Amino acid sequence: MNGFPIISVLTFTPLVGAALLLGMDPDRKRLAGLLALGFSVLALFWAALLWLNFDSAAPGLQFIEQHDWVPAIGAEYKVGMDGLSLVMVLLTAIVVPIALLAASGIQDKTNIFLALVLMLQTGLFGTFTAQNFFHWFLFWELSLIPAFFLIKLWGGPNRGPAATQFFIYTMVGSVAMLLSFLAIYWATGSFDFARLSELGRNGEISSALYAKFGWYGLSKEKLALLIFAGVFLGFAVKVPVIPFHTWLPAAYSEAPTSVTMLLTGLMSKMGVYGLLRVLLPIFPVQIQFVLTPLLWLAVGTIVLSACAAFAQRDLKRIFAYSSINHLGYCLLGVFALAKLTGDEAPWNVEKSAALNGVILQMFNHGLTAPILFCFIGFLEQRSGGLRGLDDFGGLRKVAPVFCGLMGIALFASLGLPGLNGFVGEFLIFKGAFPLATWATALSVLGLLVTAIFLLTVLQRVFSGPVNNHWLRLPDLTIRERLIVLPAIALMFVIGICPQLVIGKINTTVMQVVAQLKF
Amino acid sequence: MSSPSYLGLLALVAPETLVVIGALMALAVDLLVMREQPMRARFWVSAAFAIFGCVAAAAWLMFLNPPSQSGISGLPLLPGMFVDDPLVRLVKVAILGLTILTLLLSTESSFTTHIGEYLALIMLATVGMMFLVSAQDILMIFIALELTSLSLYVLTAFNKRNVRSSEAALKYFLFGGMAAAFTLFGLSLIYGLAGSTGLREIAARLDSPSLDPLLVTALVLTAVGFGFKLAAAPFHLWAPDAYQGAPTPSAAFIASGSKVASFFVLARLMMVGFPHAAGSGAWHAYAPGWLPLFAILAVASMVLGNLTAIAQTSVKRLLAYSAIAHGGYALLGLLANGPQGIASLVYYVITYGLTVLGAFGIVGLVEEKAGDARLSDFAGFGRREPVLAFCMMIFMLSLAGIPPLAGFFGKFYLFTAAAAGAANLGLLWLVIFAIGASAVSLYYYLQVLKQIYVAPAPQGQGSLAAPMSTRVVLGLVALGVVLLGCMPDLIVGRVLAAMQFALAKG
Amino acid sequence: MNMLAWTVYTSFAGVLALMLLPSARARDARKLALVIAVIGLFIGFAGAFQYAAARGTSPVKPENVVQTVAQQSWVPGLGINYFLAADGISIVLVLLTGLAAVVGILFSWNIDRRPKEFFAFYLALIGGVYGVFLSFDLFLLFVFYELAIIPKYFLIAIWGSTNREYGAMKLALYSFIGSAMVLVGIVAAYVVSGAKTMNLIELSHYPFPAGFQSWAFPLVFIGFAILAGLWPFHTWAPTGHVAAPTAASMLLAGVVMKLGAYGALRVAMTLFPLGLQAWSSTIALLAGIGIVYGAMVALVQKDFKFVIGYSSVSHMGFVLLGLMTLNSIGLSGAVLQMFSHGIIAGLLFGVVGRMVYDRTHTRDLPELQGMNLSRAIPFAAGTFAVAAFASMGLPGFSGFAAEMQVLIGAWYAFPTFTILAGLGILIGVTYTLRVLQLSFFSDAEPNSEAAAHALPPITVPERFGAAILIAATVIIGLFPGVLLNLIGPSFASPLFEQLRKVGAF
Repeated sequence: MNGFPIISVLTFTPLVGAALLLGMDPDRKRLAGLLALGFSVLALFWAALLWLNFDSAAPGLQFIEQHDWVPAIGAEYKVGMDGLSLVMVLLTAIVVPIALLAASGIQDKTNIFLALVLMLQTGLFGTFTAQNFFHWFLFWELSLIPAFFLIKLWGGPNRGPAATQFFIYTMVGSVAMLLSFLAIYWATGSFDFARLSELGRNGEISSALYAKFGWYGLSKEKLALLIFAGVFLGFAVKVPVIPFHTWLPAAYSEAPTSVTMLLTGLMSKMGVYGLLRVLLPIFPVQIQFVLTPLLWLAVGTIVLSACAAFAQRDLKRIFAYSSINHLGYCLLGVFALAKLTGDEAPWNVEKSAALNGVILQMFNHGLTAPILFCFIGFLEQRSGGLRGLDDFGGLRKVAPVFCGLMGIALFASLGLPGLNGFVGEFLIFKGAFPLATWATALSVLGLLVTAIFLLTVLQRVFSGPVNNHWLRLPDLTIRERLIVLPAIALMFVIGICPQLVIGKINTTVMQVVAQLKF
Repeated sequence: MSSPSYLGLLALVAPETLVVIGALMALAVDLLVMREQPMRARFWVSAAFAIFGCVAAAAWLMFLNPPSQSGISGLPLLPGMFVDDPLVRLVKVAILGLTILTLLLSTESSFTTHIGEYLALIMLATVGMMFLVSAQDILMIFIALELTSLSLYVLTAFNKRNVRSSEAALKYFLFGGMAAAFTLFGLSLIYGLAGSTGLREIAARLDSPSLDPLLVTALVLTAVGFGFKLAAAPFHLWAPDAYQGAPTPSAAFIASGSKVASFFVLARLMMVGFPHAAGSGAWHAYAPGWLPLFAILAVASMVLGNLTAIAQTSVKRLLAYSAIAHGGYALLGLLANGPQGIASLVYYVITYGLTVLGAFGIVGLVEEKAGDARLSDFAGFGRREPVLAFCMMIFMLSLAGIPPLAGFFGKFYLFTAAAAGAANLGLLWLVIFAIGASAVSLYYYLQVLKQIYVAPAPQGQGSLAAPMSTRVVLGLVALGVVLLGCMPDLIVGRVLAAMQFALAKG
Repeated sequence: MNMLAWTVYTSFAGVLALMLLPSARARDARKLALVIAVIGLFIGFAGAFQYAAARGTSPVKPENVVQTVAQQSWVPGLGINYFLAADGISIVLVLLTGLAAVVGILFSWNIDRRPKEFFAFYLALIGGVYGVFLSFDLFLLFVFYELAIIPKYFLIAIWGSTNREYGAMKLALYSFIGSAMVLVGIVAAYVVSGAKTMNLIELSHYPFPAGFQSWAFPLVFIGFAILAGLWPFHTWAPTGHVAAPTAASMLLAGVVMKLGAYGALRVAMTLFPLGLQAWSSTIALLAGIGIVYGAMVALVQKDFKFVIGYSSVSHMGFVLLGLMTLNSIGLSGAVLQMFSHGIIAGLLFGVVGRMVYDRTHTRDLPELQGMNLSRAIPFAAGTFAVAAFASMGLPGFSGFAAEMQVLIGAWYAFPTFTILAGLGILIGVTYTLRVLQLSFFSDAEPNSEAAAHALPPITVPERFGAAILIAATVIIGLFPGVLLNLIGPSFASPLFEQLRKVGAF
């Protein structure tokens, strides 16, 4: 775009807003809310500009900005955008304003709350556009701080342990990832993702590592696997992959509604994005090496989380586990991509389908899940804090609009054709089935269980005899309807016309798949 | 033999003569004229004469009559009896300086009415020291040693009102007498072996590859005698009591001036007289001789002095034990057995003398006010007398060896000289002992400073009402310690140049 | 380039001026001290610019790296010169000292007991520290190093808190014993090299025999490393930090511990590279243990200051590990960590000592839990949060850049210890979060009695001090190149020639 640093402007716009909010008088809540919303809408504007100016046909990165930062350690300020980044950036730009609007319940230290959310948005933008590890890691870690405080200061009764667990788990993964990348830097001399991908594809990374580290006589493969394990751990905690998920239910349920929206909608995507941007390009050989265990992990994530969701009684926890489940499909798609298939064209079609599905699923789930939590938040506000599965009943008669809209979101989450959730899951299954047949077959189980618990929610909360407590439950206000309607609309739009998204990402997808020459 | 030219002799010993004249004048003035005046006036007038004598002697040494090229007395009859070269002059000036400071510090004392006698004795001790320093003949050494010692015994006893003073003096005298006997015995054996009293002749005649057992006996006896004089362990038992019991100016004088002279003459005796009997104290290359002997004395002094000092509650005894330890450090200079060793030794004892003089000065002031100088008497001293406390801090830290004070450079120089003294770092074990002992010593010096600065002042204690002259003197001493620490070349440069002169003439 | 020597001179002039200040104007002592410290800081900056300009940029010629600041013959008979010089490492540490000095005074603005003497000792310590960082004559370096011990003793013994006399004496004796070990090494090196010169650069070229180096190196290194908190010689550090008043703890952890590491680098590693080669694995192991041990012990402490004290031991382990890597990235990381930890430790102790303890008069974490501090003193809560994250090594703060470099360097040299260090980072995250929660953000019910007494607000000097340190850590965190450009080329100078032969540069 003529060298205008649009990505940097996009990234730092929310930060400016955060700075202004921090300096504000804490009592002026309305002004704070407006200010925060204003800046996030401005970011949305920049994102929209990016979307419109993105050249769908051109391969490679666009809007690149590159500056030397710390040459002594190979750190560059390098940002760029391809289809994947574009989608994630747009998702971030859409979800954050919705989360901000849903934060009307926050009365205490409002300006700090909003500032933290904007800081988180900057962190996310940075993570999704960075092309150099040092740069990327900085934003990755920096997003932790606002998330920690958002849970810790405004969360539920058990917020302390939830926030701490969240932070420590993520840090453990991050430190492992950092150590691995430092080893890679020492071996190859570069932090640049593009360069490292090149090296990864040629198998030169493991040679370089082996050349520099004669560590206890580890063989070349084992050494590379060890380094891979470190990086994988970093992302596994974030996605999360079962069994590294134990921080999630507590964090999601203790966090205030708008924070949960951000956590589920955006921060969980950081993990999958990392898998796609970092793990897959740089360690394709290693993934392929341990493909079977990885697929088992994906299946486990899908099935076990669905079962766990089914067993929950707290609505927030149900959807927390459901989040894990939906992201499990992304895992399935990603790992299926790494299967060794040679250069034959039909496989590439399957792989492209899977990858398209993964990205689409990321976007869709990023849209649907926050809305679901938003609805739960509305419910909680009205019921004075109750959100158990059995606390409600027959709300359809009392608050029909609410149930109608939430029902749409539920079905989108379920994967009903015509709504957005279907397309992503369909593509993943379509692509993954030939590549990883048994894994895909087992994952269908997950689909079934998901259907069961989502319908259970529907039945327990919406239908059935009306619980006398809630006879006077107010329906959605105009304001609340306006908050959710854009997202609901998008659910329909993308469900009917997924080409809108796929069109932008297809080139990137094909390039990635082509480079995964197996 | 040509009759000695008395004028020449007089010219040679003019400084000593001036000091004697000063002593006699001080005595005379006090006895004849000033008897009825108040003590302070008597002190000041007599001291003025004494100081004048010292100043005149120092001036003579520094500016007049450069030493003759031969350096040895022009009297062929008595070679080596009296040596006059730049190094000797430097040490004499230092001794005179210390004497002047002692005289100044003693002027405000109140422990005795025999003022003229007191000052005269100090001066006579000084004369003894000056002769001691000039001597290169064992007979002369002994005579001068006795002159100094006898004066010092009496000086210790001067506080007739305090029984401890007499006890201290008696102990000092008895020990000293016995030590003198040892020394004499040893020296006479040496004479028997060598047939001459001059050190150079002795060195020439005793030059043999193996050690004569009789020589060993002689050296050991001499070492014992000198060990006593230097308060080196295990011959130190008189020192704590003497330092504690003696009136403060006497203690200061014993600790400063006599140390300078004694160390210097010991070094001369051993290095000039017995260069071949030196042996070696190196770690892997032990050879019998006076070096390992004094090495043992050094280690014993450092260890015993420092460890016992830790337990002391009386600051005067603390300073006594620390003096023993410092004697041990100084012996390292002797053990270096070379020009750097002498230079470091001279620097060290001069600056040590200055420091300890100042320390005793302050201790004396506290003792006057409080009756005794225990650690607890120093509590809150920093608030009561900020300037004097600061001076005391300088003295204590210099003794501990904290830069940039003179004590630090002195120790550093001694350690370096000792380390270089034997091939292949043979004496490093000794240096390690010394550094370790020095590290331990910081503890008890900090205890004093802790009382001064950290402990709160007890109620009702005001300033010390010390006379201005004492403050000025102590301030100048402190300044001197700092100056010599920051610019050690003032002494070191001169010593090294003097030794070039000495080496040049052989 | 002569300007930098004035950092030393102004500090000691300040001591003199403070001593001469009449007692009636004791309250002005702090203003005078602040002026002197700020002047020192400015001189440091100006000197840094002068240095950078004179040195030029890439490629940096090796002969330009070390620039003379002052040179005067001192004791010619022994080859001792008053030789002050600076290379990039010195400049970075001089800047750290300047910042720490100014902020320490700001955090001590409320000292009302014997302020004259407090600031006099303080400036004397600062002057000594400046001197060490600028000395290139071994004797002079040792003089300044020893000089710094006494002001430390008094600062803790007179104005400290818990167990102050014991803590002060322990600190003084440990330091003195450490420097005694160093003195033995220096004397031995001087004698072995022919007793001609104490010039560090000339001595670094002297080929000391390998046998000599094999004992001289550990002696001198450990002598210095005692002050740097090398495990297991670190035990003075927690006691000393807890006993010291705030400004003294800031200086102790922030600057004085760096004196030890600097001495280890400048003297032990430069003069005895063969000995270094023989001992590097052992010391790296000790450093690694120190990282983990310090973190683990910090995890179980009940006293707020003890946590920070042990965390200092843990962070210094990174410095020592970096020094042992013997490659330019690791060494640069070690020096950067010296700077970074100096700033962060200053922040941590500033909050704990000045903001919290001076107001609540307790450092007991269970007690603090009930005081709802994030509401009472929100500025302190925010500052401590920033300091905590910086201490954890989160990117965006200086600690990350430094630890990253050390880890890269360590990967090559000691892969196993790198994992150990990573473990240490994780434990670090845990104890920092724990103490953050317990102190400021606890969920416990406010103890009504304690919360009833409103705490005095955070004063302007405290805010200023905190702001300066936060700005420093963030700026260096985002732009570590500013300092790395100074540090990196320093290892190309003639001083480190022998070291380069031994390492993997």
